[in-house]
Amino acid sequence: MSATVRIPTILRTYTGGAAEVTAEGATLQEVLDSLDAQYAGIAARVLDENGALRRFVNVYVNDDDVRFLDGLATPIADGANLSIIPAVAGG
Amino acid sequence: MTVTASPAIGSAVALKCRECGTRYPLDASYACYECFGPLEVAYELGSVTREQIESGPNSMWRYESLLPVVPGADARPGLQAGFTKLVRADNLARELGVKSLWVKDDSGNPTHSFKDRVVAVALENARRLGFETIACASTGNLANAVAAAGARAGLKSVVFVPSNLEAGKIVTTAVYGGTLVAIQGNYDDVNRLCTEVAASRNWGFVNVNLRPYYAEGSKTVGYEVAEQLGWRLPDAVVSPVASGSLLTKVDKAFREFIDLGLVAETPYAIYGAQATGCSPVSQAFNSGQDVIRPVKPDTIAKSLAIGNPADGPYALDVVRRTHGAIADVTDEEVVEGIKLLARTEGIFAETAGGVVVATYRKLLREGRIDPSAETVLLNTGDGLKTLDAVEATSQPTMVISPSYDEFETEYNKVVS
Repeated sequence: MSATVRIPTILRTYTGGAAEVTAEGATLQEVLDSLDAQYAGIAARVLDENGALRRFVNVYVNDDDVRFLDGLATPIADGANLSIIPAVAGG
Repeated sequence: MTVTASPAIGSAVALKCRECGTRYPLDASYACYECFGPLEVAYELGSVTREQIESGPNSMWRYESLLPVVPGADARPGLQAGFTKLVRADNLARELGVKSLWVKDDSGNPTHSFKDRVVAVALENARRLGFETIACASTGNLANAVAAAGARAGLKSVVFVPSNLEAGKIVTTAVYGGTLVAIQGNYDDVNRLCTEVAASRNWGFVNVNLRPYYAEGSKTVGYEVAEQLGWRLPDAVVSPVASGSLLTKVDKAFREFIDLGLVAETPYAIYGAQATGCSPVSQAFNSGQDVIRPVKPDTIAKSLAIGNPADGPYALDVVRRTHGAIADVTDEEVVEGIKLLARTEGIFAETAGGVVVATYRKLLREGRIDPSAETVLLNTGDGLKTLDAVEATSQPTMVISPSYDEFETEYNKVVS
């Protein structure tokens, strides 16, 4: 399974400036593991010390917030589009 | 990226992560590189006296020395927001059986909502940082404020809104002549898109990359309440909760005034109000959770329809620390709240104001707020913006022909 992942500006120091990368995995957790294997340390920016998604990170799979899906266990279909985005309050 | 030596802007000295404390220069950034936490303005506040503030302009710029702006904002083109009325609400107090009640009526701002305050601070920083375009993701009130402020300041504006917004808020944005982008999605979809656009365009998004500055503008609501009460704090404030930012900044304003010695340190409680159809912060509060579970909004209170409120955890902290509460009300109660305030005080609030009035009434009925506590209700916007909400139940008492006899007959029926 291969997914496209949009990388926020904050994390592009890990990806050599790339705004979009590909990663492998059948679940979000596996995709993040795959990302970390390619770009060491990136997963620790997205996940807290307990391995949960950080409070101020939003991850979308094909436009759906993973908090509405199964979180890190969310299945990732081949060709899925993921976005990692800092939470912003708005108003 | 971590730089500590950057010039101060007024009393503001740095941006600081609310989660891990990492400091950054005062530029256009909003999320911590270490932990994604939101950045907030850090100050070194000098001494400020009541007299200095009182001799300032009759706008929010009287508190300029407590805001992250280059001194002299009053002289630069802007909308001169703030210093709105604090209305003594004796009729509503009598109706609800409470002792002392006030309405901070921010519908009196230039574009008729409290968003003029936050945009004013964001605009000052857009100018300082050299942006030629200001932009925002909005549920409507912010759209009005950004489009108008951009026009006054001579900057381009690009405003993103959900396409299902109230017709009034579309017109009152588009009229200012900027670019208005209607998105087929809800506010959270719009917000997400703007976060991505902000990463690729050199625009000042007031509530994305300028957010740390923008959010500080809400403090002026709290400053004004304290000054207008005669330099003291109320016992309680009821604030609407969308992102949660306003509620937390009112608290911050009160604490700053205490620290500066401008008001006595008296206990106050801050209460939050949400519409049941978008009540993630109320749900978290009432179930004792620290984590906000996002929801898909479904309420007439569209200006509060943020399903994934990023400042929600901080709003919870403030409410718990000050021994307040958060509650939510149905759309029917929102309409009742709007009409109750209009009928008793002659103030026509938008749906968010209806949420506040109805939530206050509910908290009283449930015994969760003290009726003897001097309370300030925040009305953040003008009912003319959300006519749809009350249209069905606000119609002529009678429709008659231009006949004296018919008037007498029909009128006597109504009054009898």
